[in-house]
Parts: sequence; structure tokens; C-alpha cells
Amino acid sequence: MSTVRRLAWRVTRWRPALRTSGRENIEGWLFASPWILGFAFFTAGPMVAAMFLGFAEYDLITPPKWIGSANYARLLRDPLLVSSLKVTSIYAFVRVPLVLLLSMVVATLLNTKLRGLRVYRTMFYLPSILPAAAVSMLWLLVFDHDYGFINSFLRQLGLNGCNWLGDTRYALPSLIVMSLWGFGGSMIIYLAGMQSIPTEYYEAAEVDGAGPIQRWWYITWPLMTPILFYNLVMGLIGSLQVFTEGRIITNGGPENATLFFVLYLYRNAFEYFKLGYAAALSWVLFLYVLILTLLVFRSSSAWVYYTSELKR
Amino acid sequence: MSRGSALTPRWRVGYTVQKRLARALTHMALLAMVAVLFVPAAWMISTSLKAPQEVYLFPPKWVPSSLRWENYYHALTIQPFHIYLLNSFLIAATGTLGRVLSSSLVAFSFARLRWKGRDILFLVMLSTLMLPSQVTLIPQFILFKELGWLNTFRPLIVPMFFGGPFFIFMLRQFYMTIPSELDDAARIDGCSSFEVYWRIIVPQSGPALATVAVLVFQGRWNDFFDPLIYLHERMKLTASVGLLYFRNEFGGAHWPQLMAASFVCMVPLIVLFFSAQRYFLQGIVFTGVKG
Repeated sequence: MSTVRRLAWRVTRWRPALRTSGRENIEGWLFASPWILGFAFFTAGPMVAAMFLGFAEYDLITPPKWIGSANYARLLRDPLLVSSLKVTSIYAFVRVPLVLLLSMVVATLLNTKLRGLRVYRTMFYLPSILPAAAVSMLWLLVFDHDYGFINSFLRQLGLNGCNWLGDTRYALPSLIVMSLWGFGGSMIIYLAGMQSIPTEYYEAAEVDGAGPIQRWWYITWPLMTPILFYNLVMGLIGSLQVFTEGRIITNGGPENATLFFVLYLYRNAFEYFKLGYAAALSWVLFLYVLILTLLVFRSSSAWVYYTSELKR
Repeated sequence: MSRGSALTPRWRVGYTVQKRLARALTHMALLAMVAVLFVPAAWMISTSLKAPQEVYLFPPKWVPSSLRWENYYHALTIQPFHIYLLNSFLIAATGTLGRVLSSSLVAFSFARLRWKGRDILFLVMLSTLMLPSQVTLIPQFILFKELGWLNTFRPLIVPMFFGGPFFIFMLRQFYMTIPSELDDAARIDGCSSFEVYWRIIVPQSGPALATVAVLVFQGRWNDFFDPLIYLHERMKLTASVGLLYFRNEFGGAHWPQLMAASFVCMVPLIVLFFSAQRYFLQGIVFTGVKG
């Protein structure tokens, strides 16, 4: 660092202490006010309100009635709450690892200075950005019992297909398979990360005699763990909120086999008009996501590798 | 293996053959996956062009005997689907405008201005990224109902003008890479904070703002939940919710039309994706998850 730059650095580091107060303070709040107001009116306020609403009975027409902890007590013995939590958890805990694995494998294959990389990247990424409602319709046709693509294909092989969406055993797995279609979203993040690893690392390892698998395990994997962590957290949070597929494709059925938690919440609020109970449910989801996220964060020190620079 | 052996000619020949083989296998594996990925989509497009009786044909036909383009016309006119598409576009476009403007302003404050509470609020904002949106849903719904906004576009658009945490974060990361000497020079020349934002930061952030715009538009166009709960009147539906209504009304009887409508609903995003792929990909870089 040259003397001039060091000096410049000092000056810029120094100035804030002199200027923190007054005008810039007001301006700072003013410029940030859209988010601050939005946070107050659309996030923090409603969150607290939801907790209180959980103590009330409200159907949108008659004024809310305070019913004490009845909603929260009901949570404890609501069989549909338990089953929807279970369905949602299975969905998340099966889907997320599969997506992470698949996207890691494909990103690794793509990261081999392959010809046509850009074309592949586009093809894998495209499905993940399409509207979930339209994608759901597409998969409705794929899974359809009579005219679906899968069963037509199986019939050509002389096999009898299953009623994928109408059978309690297959409905949830079918939705999981469908969700893998959008794996490109996390794949693209791995790929960007892998491409930013300096090639010198690999060259050095190759000179030392490391084979492709060793190079992957000792270089790619540790450097990818922060991204894996990000994808894991975001994937879990997103999967626990799954709604569109469950609403459009199966509408919770058969026999609640795909009644996801948010779908159950939606029904309570907008079909049964039990807004108080729905608010209590929303807090259950919030706490579940919070606890899960904290657990993943806790575990991260054991398996996420941060270079010293990042840790700082 | 030692370094010496790697340089012997015989070994190197084996090495390149091995490499080529590995490369060919990689291509085969990837192509197989692309095929698996695109078969459902191809099936959808094929179905959308079939005559109704051909859908039920066995063995199934990949290429319809006659391409029924009129399916698309019917799909868009059995229901006022052109209105749905227009509504989707209106909601997505105004939402994008609002989100880009507000997020960039807030990001500027977090990246460039020094104020009390900034760092704490920034952390609060980051933590809201992990908040499941359902926890604020019910009171928000009641709020919009009390405001008389049900069955209008307002609940879908107005909140967009209050910034989005993910995009504020993204833009803030980008603004941090713009040398602050530029701000200082501008301030010495008498620029106010807003002028610094408008004349220095915004002109340098074209790609970042485009990235945010593209991602917001995608999110708003694809949104299903909010339009589902806030819009009820037929002429106000969006394309995503319109598909659900279409399916509920015609069920499996109109597979070709349903697939045509679904495909039409995807087309704007496919076009956006191919014309702005650069910006979609940049989003990943800006968030800094790139390691």
C-alpha cells in the first residue's frame, strides 16, 4: 500500500467519527425510511398482531372475540396440524437433500471446462424460474392417471401405471419428484462458486499427484460448504412454505396426504374463516422455521469451512 | 505417481484418451439429464397442439397429426385470459418499479450514509430474510381489508414500494464496491446526499439495478398466493390464478387448452430469461454467496 493510499484510507476511516451526528443521521433514516416503515407496518406490526390474534376468534364479519388461549390449546390436539407438519417435514427433509445432491453433481460435471457450458447452464436453469402455477399444470399432465405421460410410457412397456396423484402412498413422492425439476436454481449458485475457485489450487494439487476425486474432496468440497450452507438454509425455509403445488395439483388430497402446513393455514383462514386459529398456526410455522434454522446454524461450525478471510 | 512418470510419452497418451473418454461420458450424462428435464415440457407443448381426441390416443403421439394452433386462441378466449395476462403484467411491472426504486434508496442509506442504529437495523433486515411470510399474512390481510383494498391490485403493489430485504442487501453489496472517493468528490462540489445517490451511485449501478428488476419481475409474475387471496373478481385475476380457475371449471376435459394457457403463462418469463440471462446470473454474484 502506498503512502498516499494509506493516508487516504486513514482519512476516510476517520471522517465518520466527525460526521456521524446531525444532518447525515437524519438523512440516513430518511433514505432508509421506506424499509423502516415497511418493516413496521408489514412485518413487525403484523407479527405481533398475529400473536394476539391467536387469542381471538375472528371470521372477518363479526368483530374479533377474545377467547383466551383456546386456539393455542387447540393446536395441541389438532390431528390435521400434526399430519400437515409431518407431510411438510417429509417434503422438506427429502426434497432439500436431493436437490442439494443433484445440483452439486451437475455443477461438478459442468465445472470441467466443458464445451457447451453456457448452453447446458441455460437448459438446467430455465425450469427453475418458471411460474409455479404453470409448472404445476404441466406436472398434472405428466402424472395424470389416464392420460399422463408417465403412465402412457409405462403402458407402452406393457406395465400398469399407478395412480400417482390419487394414491396416498405416491402423491407426496410425486410432488417431491416434481420439485426436483427446479434444481437449477441452487445448481447455478454452486457453479458460480466453483468457477470462482482459483485454478492454481487444482494445478498445484495435480502436480502433487491428486486425482480428480481427491481434488474435488480436498479443494472443491471445503470451498463449497458455505454455499451448501446457504442453499440448505434457504431450501429448508422455502420448502417448509410449499403451497402452490399442493393447492393446484392435489389440493391436499388424497386423504390429506399432501396437505402441506401452509395449505392447512390457508384453508383455516380463507375457507373456514377462522382467522384467529390461522394466526396461531402461523406462529407455529414461524417457531418451527426458527428452531430449524438455529439448529442448522449451530451445526455449521462442524462442517462449514470458512477461509480465514471470510471468518473475519 | 511421481512427477517424472507424468511426463513420459506413453503415460500422456493414455492420459488424453482417458480424458476424452471422461469428457464424452460427462456429455452423455448431462445430455441425458437435459432430456429428462425437457421431456415433460415437450409433452406439454405437444399436448397443447393436439385435437382433444388425440390426447386420449394410445400409444401416445409426440407430434400431433395436425397442429391445432386454434387451441391457443380458445385457451385465451374461453376465459378472459388476455385480461389475466394484462393484469399480471400490470402488477409485475408496477411492483418492479416500486421495489427497484425503494430498495435502491434504502441500500444507498445502508451502504453510504452513516447514521445511528444503521448496523443494528441492517442485521434486523437480514434476519427478516428468514422469516416465513405467513407469520405476517393474517394481520396484513385484515389491514388491507380494513383499508378497503380487497379485490384491488393495491395489496399486491403498494408493499413493493417499501423495499425488499433481499434486494436491499444485494444492492448494498454492490454499492459498497463503488469507490467512495466519488461520493466525497461530489460532496465537495456541493452535492446533497440525494444528488450523490442520483448522479453518482445510480448511473454506475445499471447492471445491478437491472438484475434486481429482472428478479423482482420474475417473482411478481410467478406469485400465486397473494393474487389468490386478494383478488376474486374474474376480470381482476392474474394469469397464475387464472390457470387454477380454468382447471377447476374445465377439469381434464380441456387438456390441450389448459396446456396452451400454461405455456402462454410461461412465455413472458422465457423471453425475459433469454433476453436478460446475464442479469439473472449476476444476481448470484452480487449477493456474495459466491464464496
